[in-house]
Amino acid sequence: MRWMLLKDLQILRRSKLLVGLLIVYPVAIALLIGFALSSGPEKPRLAFLSHIPEGGQTIKLVGKKIDVKVYTDELFRSVDRIDVENRAQVLEKVRSGEALAGLILPPDFTTKLSNGGFNSASVEVVYNGDALKQSFVRSTVSSKLAQADAALARTINTVATDYVDIFTNGGHIDVLGTDLNLIGLKKTNTLIDSAIAIADKPQVSRKLAPVQNFAELSVANIDRVKDVLNTVEQPVKVNETVLSGSRAPLDTFAVALAVTISLMFVCVLLASGLLALEREENTFSRLARGLMPGGRLLAGKVMLAGGCAAVVTFAMLLGISAFVPLDFGRVGLWFAAIAVSALAFGALGVAIGSLAREVRAASLLALMLALPLAFLALVPSGSVSPALYDVIRVVSAIFPFKPALDAVNAAINDTTPSLGVALAHLGALIVIFGAAARAGLRRFALA
Amino acid sequence: MLAHTAALAPSLTVQGLSKSFGERRAVRDVSFDVARGELLAVIGPNGAGKTTLLSMLAGILEPDTGTVAQPDRTTARIGWVPQQTAVYGKLTVAQNLRLFAKLEKVADVDATVRRMLEQTGLEQRADDELGKLSGGNRQRVNIAVGLLADPPVLLLDEPSGALDPRQRERLWGFITALTDRGTAVIFCTHDIAEAERHAHRVLVLADGEALFNGTAAELKAVADADEGHDLEQAFVGFLRERGH
Repeated sequence: MRWMLLKDLQILRRSKLLVGLLIVYPVAIALLIGFALSSGPEKPRLAFLSHIPEGGQTIKLVGKKIDVKVYTDELFRSVDRIDVENRAQVLEKVRSGEALAGLILPPDFTTKLSNGGFNSASVEVVYNGDALKQSFVRSTVSSKLAQADAALARTINTVATDYVDIFTNGGHIDVLGTDLNLIGLKKTNTLIDSAIAIADKPQVSRKLAPVQNFAELSVANIDRVKDVLNTVEQPVKVNETVLSGSRAPLDTFAVALAVTISLMFVCVLLASGLLALEREENTFSRLARGLMPGGRLLAGKVMLAGGCAAVVTFAMLLGISAFVPLDFGRVGLWFAAIAVSALAFGALGVAIGSLAREVRAASLLALMLALPLAFLALVPSGSVSPALYDVIRVVSAIFPFKPALDAVNAAINDTTPSLGVALAHLGALIVIFGAAARAGLRRFALA
Repeated sequence: MLAHTAALAPSLTVQGLSKSFGERRAVRDVSFDVARGELLAVIGPNGAGKTTLLSMLAGILEPDTGTVAQPDRTTARIGWVPQQTAVYGKLTVAQNLRLFAKLEKVADVDATVRRMLEQTGLEQRADDELGKLSGGNRQRVNIAVGLLADPPVLLLDEPSGALDPRQRERLWGFITALTDRGTAVIFCTHDIAEAERHAHRVLVLADGEALFNGTAAELKAVADADEGHDLEQAFVGFLRERGH
């Protein structure tokens, strides 16, 4: 087997273009898919027009001033801003496609927020394009505006909470330019107690009792106002429940996906091509005369293809780790997942190679099989009918892509199904595809 | 040249060999032997069972019935040269020979490779990629691979089919030199004239049956060929008489 491995390496060394394509193409595909998955929608460009007059940039709430920049800064943190001077320019920018949408703050934006609360204030958003684009733009811009709204609400909440504290404990507030010193509910309660003690008259006590009761209850319950304000800031709190598997962040899942796709392509193409080469060169019948038993021939091809693919993808994973933080404490698990997955893809590759007479046919067959398998494994539940999803699950379980993705994802992200389950699944597939390749070899020895 | 008489011990004895593929009987109860240094041509029309017979002799196909025995050196592997070159186009001549010598577990690989390069006259092309050689030279390497283990019997399937006349002449010079050294050679061919010119004996196969086993002159006599007719005409007449 050693001599056959050396021979295959010599052939690969002389096939530089083929090997180059074999490595570059799958890695490029894998990185593109990974990038597409992990990167969110690009920063949308927004034409921005503010009609708010000079000096009117602040929202006034009972003497407190909030700069409108709280709103716009939050908005433009995740949006590319194109400043324009009038409404016509907003429309032109959006119409020409230079801006994804236009945002216009009306002159009364801060005034309405100051007088009537922020529910009465409004902004104008200008969209363009077909229904699909509008849908995308609306969802993108709406989420950015919601973030800005939330930031403003948080600031207003802080102001309101401060006021509650002043009404409780006492302090200074500014009303229409006049500084007022409030004594606060707690002090009011103390003062009533003192007044009742000094007066020492039952009728005074009787008259002040409801006031005293009100002050006590107010002091005891005023913190609930803060709770209500917090509820307004975040009306619905989301608690996530994950039914199966611990969630991997999308970018690290994309890494696992990119690695698995790359591993599959390199391994399946190489293993199928190496085996088909023996038939294309007519050397298989010579080897089959006892020079190289079929099982050892297959094992050699699987190991060579798996080894090459594992080296390429492991290097790729290390390269990716420069951009996406990965837990290097799990590097041993990465290696185990990649190695066993590579053997499973190698076994699939030789099974494909045993069906083809030529390297080109084997490569085409490998591509035709590998791509749909990758896509099938990524179909989310709920996107198709339950019956069709069951079929997809069965098909995905028959081929190594899904369990390999599970194994690599578990190794990188500690997700479920566990690495052990995925590796056992891959082990079974190695045996099955190895046996299929053996049967294929016997068939083509007779052909 | 060695004398080919019945007194010479056979290098290969074939007894009652048969092979069927489903309902089709490709080879039916074929028996013959070939002596040391003898050159036996297996001739017959397309589909006669020539390649199936050689594949069974080479050990690639299991016969349904019958035996293939090497009485003098039972452990030696029979050399086999398939019709199409079965070597690696991306390896050099020397690398191909070295690889197969190692797989054949030849005792002295370097010496064997040197000897085969010398025998094939390809010493100057030893480091050339096989895919860049002419068809004739590729076929010489193909045959050389079959001879690496110094087999007592060499099987050649249509050895000159893809060669031009000059290459063919060089090939037959090479094969004749092998038989002179004592290697028994069995080759199958469509080219009756080539069989007449080079073979010591011909085995005629038709529909899997061995119809004749003897010299070209004996075949002509059996076919009752007119004087001046060559072996091809005698062969065609012989088959026609027997309904093939």
